Amino acid sequence: MNLRRDVFQAIADPTRRAILLLVASQTMTAGAIAANFDTARPTVSKHLQILTECELLEQQQTGREIYYHINAKKMKEVADFIEPFRKMWDDRFNKLETIMKKYKSKK
Amino acid sequence: MKPMKHQTTVEAEDGKQELLITRQFDLPLELLFTAYVEPDIVEQWMGTKVLKLESKKHGSYQFETTDLNGNVVFRANGVIHEFIPNQKITRTFEMENGPFGVQLEFLEFEKLTEDSSRLNILTVFRSVAQRDQLLQLPFAQGINMAHNRLQDIVSKLK
Repeated sequence: MNLRRDVFQAIADPTRRAILLLVASQTMTAGAIAANFDTARPTVSKHLQILTECELLEQQQTGREIYYHINAKKMKEVADFIEPFRKMWDDRFNKLETIMKKYKSKK
Repeated sequence: MKPMKHQTTVEAEDGKQELLITRQFDLPLELLFTAYVEPDIVEQWMGTKVLKLESKKHGSYQFETTDLNGNVVFRANGVIHEFIPNQKITRTFEMENGPFGVQLEFLEFEKLTEDSSRLNILTVFRSVAQRDQLLQLPFAQGINMAHNRLQDIVSKLK
């Protein structure tokens, strides 16, 4: 449960979400990722550390460089996390819309 | 992240004890608001029985859902602090016998065009932990399952 909350908080940060989007398309080094942000390099490193600890990102050592890539399995888990709650409201609101359209035509 | 048209979005920012639900409707503002005011309509889309709904300042409301055997599976109540037709409802919401505490809800109804409108619901929890707990999978699934079950039952009765 704690792990789940950590992951949830990890993706709630806008910079970390941007990093995930960036790395989603290709495997990148920390330097290449940092180059996409105005934020100081150590700050980006901290974000990468959090994302790695939450297993959203995976590290891979190639020669002297560490490459980061997305852990697809974990990402799916996170996407699924808020989804049932969203889906519950979406279903309710779809119903609301259908009911009120009929209500309108009755009048 | 660009929300798809007419999809309900849920935003829950890091470390905040609030969440924002947003939805656009193909409905005139007045009809959207009516869906929140008329007890028999609320019952239909919320999938719960409305025991009381006093849509006015200092009014209160009570929802209850029972299974086929009459066991109460869900009961919630709250008081209405502000009620401005076609604009906003400010109210509390509390699930009885739940671990989530009382929540404060700001419902804002917004006219987009003659035939479309938007609803924003800002919910404030007592703590970040309570919010995150509510968002957790098993709870939402449980409620969903209860609703689906009820839907099955109702459709068989018809």
